[in-house]
Amino acid sequence: MSESAAILSDRRLERETAKRRQARRSQAIAAASTLVVLGGLLTWILTSPGWPEVRETFFNWEVFKESFPDVLRGFWLDVKLMVIVEVAVLAIGLLIALVRTSRAPALFPLRMLGTVFVDVFRGIPTILLVYLVGFGIPALQLTGLPTDPVVLGGIALTLSYSAYVAEVYRAGIGSVHRGQRDAALAVGLTDSQAMRHVILPQAVRRVAPPLLNDFVALQKDVALVSILGPQEAFRIAQIIQGENFNYTPLIAAALLYLAITVPLARLVDRMGGPEGAVR
Amino acid sequence: MRKLPVILTLVALLALLGGCGSSSDDDTGSTSASAADCEPGNLATQSDGVLTVATDEPAYPPYFIDNDPTNGKGFESAVAYAIAEHLGYPKAKVRWTVEPFNSSYAPGPKDFDFDVNQISITPARQKVVDFSKPYYTANQAVVALKDSEAAKATSIEELGDTKLGVQIGTTSLDAVEDVIDPSEEPQVFNNSSDTVTALKNGQVEAIVVDVPTALYLVAAEIEDAGVVGQFSAPGGDQWGALLAKDSPLTACVSKAVAELEESGELEALNERWMSKAAGAPELE
Repeated sequence: MSESAAILSDRRLERETAKRRQARRSQAIAAASTLVVLGGLLTWILTSPGWPEVRETFFNWEVFKESFPDVLRGFWLDVKLMVIVEVAVLAIGLLIALVRTSRAPALFPLRMLGTVFVDVFRGIPTILLVYLVGFGIPALQLTGLPTDPVVLGGIALTLSYSAYVAEVYRAGIGSVHRGQRDAALAVGLTDSQAMRHVILPQAVRRVAPPLLNDFVALQKDVALVSILGPQEAFRIAQIIQGENFNYTPLIAAALLYLAITVPLARLVDRMGGPEGAVR
Repeated sequence: MRKLPVILTLVALLALLGGCGSSSDDDTGSTSASAADCEPGNLATQSDGVLTVATDEPAYPPYFIDNDPTNGKGFESAVAYAIAEHLGYPKAKVRWTVEPFNSSYAPGPKDFDFDVNQISITPARQKVVDFSKPYYTANQAVVALKDSEAAKATSIEELGDTKLGVQIGTTSLDAVEDVIDPSEEPQVFNNSSDTVTALKNGQVEAIVVDVPTALYLVAAEIEDAGVVGQFSAPGGDQWGALLAKDSPLTACVSKAVAELEESGELEALNERWMSKAAGAPELE
């Protein structure tokens, strides 16, 4: 508030104080209601008859300290897998979206394949897909096909998420007004040039928030690869859980996933919000 | 300052986590109800007059046959009925319930009196649940496809570079890490069938399981596989019936197991269902 104070009328001053008072009041209400709600929840949980046992088996500091380094070591595998899969998904998803939005009559079989791909891989639960790819491909006993569980799990996740992401891209491409394409063609660009230089840049920018949203989802779903055997965070947490009959390592793993998903979610908020919208 | 509610929320979360402190009540786990408490057929069971026994689904041979615990066939089914008999509950008074391994030790009330599921007794686990006196001591066995490198191993050392698979929640993983200490991290699967599939598929070169499981697998499930050998897990791997922490039945079940041991009944059941266990060569 650095406007010249000289021209502030009494009325305006009054309005300002009233506004400030109102702001303070709503803050106080928010704080009080937070205290009441959270305090109530906490008391409700902490005084429950099973709480001492739950505290011992889910929030055991000793077990937490002991298991955290191991779980963290496993989490590194999750992070690597997530980044590699995400890159593959962004590329493959875009390719499928381009195929599905293409108009050339000769590309009809490809368009059909694209539709089938999306229908099938978006329609199968991700965990099932991981299982089928992870145990099914090695069962073929073909030389040259991967048998490494991390690679197989990565392939399954890529199939599933490419299908989702292709649809996001397609929605983005569809949202660009057709006048843009007409204008591009009118100035002499070819169809593919129009797509590449006019439509795609606008489309991708528009769907950045939903793409990031899928990235958050993928970040959690990498834990599904654990069913194929690799010792990633969730699996290591389960192992320590079984050794000690204590669920605390799962909390440690959950915190690690949160440490990545929450900042990403805030980023999505910011991109979608009114002030930080990407244009 | 609109962050205040956010800060309060964080503080509350921390309180939840931090409030957990380290209250490790070290009890020695000796639940000693006097033998007199074990009045036959009249124990403090979950439902009056009925003994509820739990195991996982599917229940695997040779511990259970045909995935049906109620048929009395298979080692653990037979042992459970024998224990029940000694507690004064004839077959008709025994009810079976399904309890997945991972929830058998969850806090909160249990809906079984005891659980038999090849559960190894360890001190860490005894902090959370009660175990009966052990009814079986298992060795670990290495199973590999007959034409594989691993099948030729004659010592623990030769298995050092083998890609191994184990089942989660089993003490086999500890055994692998402590005894074999392979150069490649072992793969850990959800259940027995996934572990077997991984071996058949060549995703792992060998798997480590309890000896009776191994003998069953090579006899019935994986024809072109053989038992490479057996070794004992560090500290021995003893299985006990799992009961709720401080269950009034623990001492009674332990007493029943002791009686079965003395009378030779346990040995006979062992022989009947898990017999060929001694056939595998010892790995040093």
